[in-house]
Amino acid sequence: MTKAKTTKARIATVWLDGCSGCHMSLLDIDERLILLADKIDLVYSPLVDAKDFPENVDVTLVEGSISTDEDLHKIKLIRKNTKVLLSLGDCAVTGNIPSMRTVFPLAEVMDRVYHENATINRQVPTKVVPTLLERVMPLHEVVDVDVYLPGCPPSADNIFMAISELLEGRMPELTLTARFGA
Amino acid sequence: MPTITIDPITRIEGHSKVTIQLDDQGDVQSARFHVTQVRGFEKLCEGRPFTEMPALMARICGICPTSHLLASSKACDDIMAVHIPETAEKLRRIMNLAQITQSHALSFFYLSAPDFLLGMDSDPEERNILGVVRKFPQMARDGIKLRQFGQRVLETLGGKRVHPGWIVPGGVSHPLQAEQRDAILAEIPEAIRITRSALRWFKGQIESFRAEVRAFANFPTMFLAMANDTNEFSAYNGWLRFIDANLNIVADHITGTDYMNYIGESCNDDSYLKTTYFKPLGPQDGIYRVGPLARLNMCQSAGTPQADEELAEFRELERHSVLSSFYYHYARLIEILFSIERMQTLLNDPEILGKNVRAHASPNNFEGVGILEAPRGTLIHHYRIDQNGLIETANMVIATGHNNLAINRGVLQVARQFVKGKKLEQGMLNRVEAVIRAFDPCLSCSTHAAGEMPLDIQLLSVDGEIVDRVRR
Repeated sequence: MTKAKTTKARIATVWLDGCSGCHMSLLDIDERLILLADKIDLVYSPLVDAKDFPENVDVTLVEGSISTDEDLHKIKLIRKNTKVLLSLGDCAVTGNIPSMRTVFPLAEVMDRVYHENATINRQVPTKVVPTLLERVMPLHEVVDVDVYLPGCPPSADNIFMAISELLEGRMPELTLTARFGA
Repeated sequence: MPTITIDPITRIEGHSKVTIQLDDQGDVQSARFHVTQVRGFEKLCEGRPFTEMPALMARICGICPTSHLLASSKACDDIMAVHIPETAEKLRRIMNLAQITQSHALSFFYLSAPDFLLGMDSDPEERNILGVVRKFPQMARDGIKLRQFGQRVLETLGGKRVHPGWIVPGGVSHPLQAEQRDAILAEIPEAIRITRSALRWFKGQIESFRAEVRAFANFPTMFLAMANDTNEFSAYNGWLRFIDANLNIVADHITGTDYMNYIGESCNDDSYLKTTYFKPLGPQDGIYRVGPLARLNMCQSAGTPQADEELAEFRELERHSVLSSFYYHYARLIEILFSIERMQTLLNDPEILGKNVRAHASPNNFEGVGILEAPRGTLIHHYRIDQNGLIETANMVIATGHNNLAINRGVLQVARQFVKGKKLEQGMLNRVEAVIRAFDPCLSCSTHAAGEMPLDIQLLSVDGEIVDRVRR
């Protein structure tokens, strides 16, 4: 690893059970992305080709809620390898839309998708795919969360502010600018 | 049998993995594309007022929320049995075109350009948008600006960039203001300049991607897209049409619930994504593709001057339809050009500032279908309500489902071409991912995956010994 690289903050972004809208809002920082390119190494993200969640990550932004056994495994690994964990957006913070399925028994959800709304080969997938949890959970139900940034999605300005503050070693004060929903 | 697993597929929307089976000689036997989570929108909407659907269904996807917002609102229009005011329809069309622009810009510049600019075999640590920013700053700046243009149109009209509102059952919630129109119009020349320059650049690169053009899901299939009387490019209004690889019409004038007679959905035991097929031909032969490639093969003209010039050149690639899925990228750029030109025409129409933008009605039908061309292809929302206007059931057929057969076949074609089992290299596997990226799948849209397990490709010998191993 070159010397220049080691001075940059190691940032990761992850999406669990969400819609990717929080990641789109992150990209909505537009030209400020060019500023970030000099300051951070994006060591893991759906936007880069790293396949292993690495060790010693300074900040991880996690979008989405926990819906499968793999999500559960993943969030614990992320917590173990991350200094500051930021719960990004309403699905991560509250469970939001993904958790709406929890009011129905899981079997009924699967029945709608793979029996009622299918023409042939009606069956619930079981091979290769992870198992869905009966109940969808927000991140903090499973691991400790350091920063909460609500919104559906959080605005690009708020995401950029949070990242900038964390890069400066400060905890972002988001209570005045961030809110749930819009 | 030795199995290669690529997990997760990166630089696409949503989560998935690929498994490749090798035979004892190390040749590729079979390959599968697996999508690994489902959210159950078709169930979780049950019992909720139908008027909530546009805002709820938009949350299916953060890249194309406006497409779901529109398809859902069209289904609600159908339930209310209203004909929406003309101004409202034009405003909705602008939203759809802005959505196509920003989503295609994301796919081209942020997700796939790292492969084109830095190379399919380049260092995986740098092969991403930040790597492009560092090495090709002007290209990165252009891509950012073009996506920003589309997002700003959505924000100006819909109130915010991701998950905008404004589009409602019956039309839109309030009229467009002259200042808003002028602000968008002022940005159009620069957006066109960037798109034309990207097109010029991409066309110059095609020669160096001959192997990819040949092997990236390059085979005859049918195509599905929206059609209309004029045979011009259509993304909002019209009916569905299937054509074959020789451009003959196979099925036409498909509207409302007719889609159920033509489109079947088959489940897979190893993927949460259902496979959609042309029902009359069954799940094997009923393969078809949707999205930019299908739309450009379908229409006779774009209907705007600059896009028509580009379309004529695009048509010369092949004698009948353009079949290589590598050209999805090319088609996407032409569609951006068309979308910007069409937005300009719509905004210059004085009627666009009309004040009558919403039809009001109670439910008049128990069933409604909304069909739209989303960036990735044909999108269908289908709802049934009870006598209180509460949702009884919903079905959504989504672009990536339509393309599932072709993606699977394409993954196999690329694996056979590039993956040589004796010695694995990351560039080989990146090409398997790149063929998936060419389709620009949106996995959140129909399902949503989580399986981000570490990539660990092991090449095993017949007796199970590890011959080779690649980890990233």
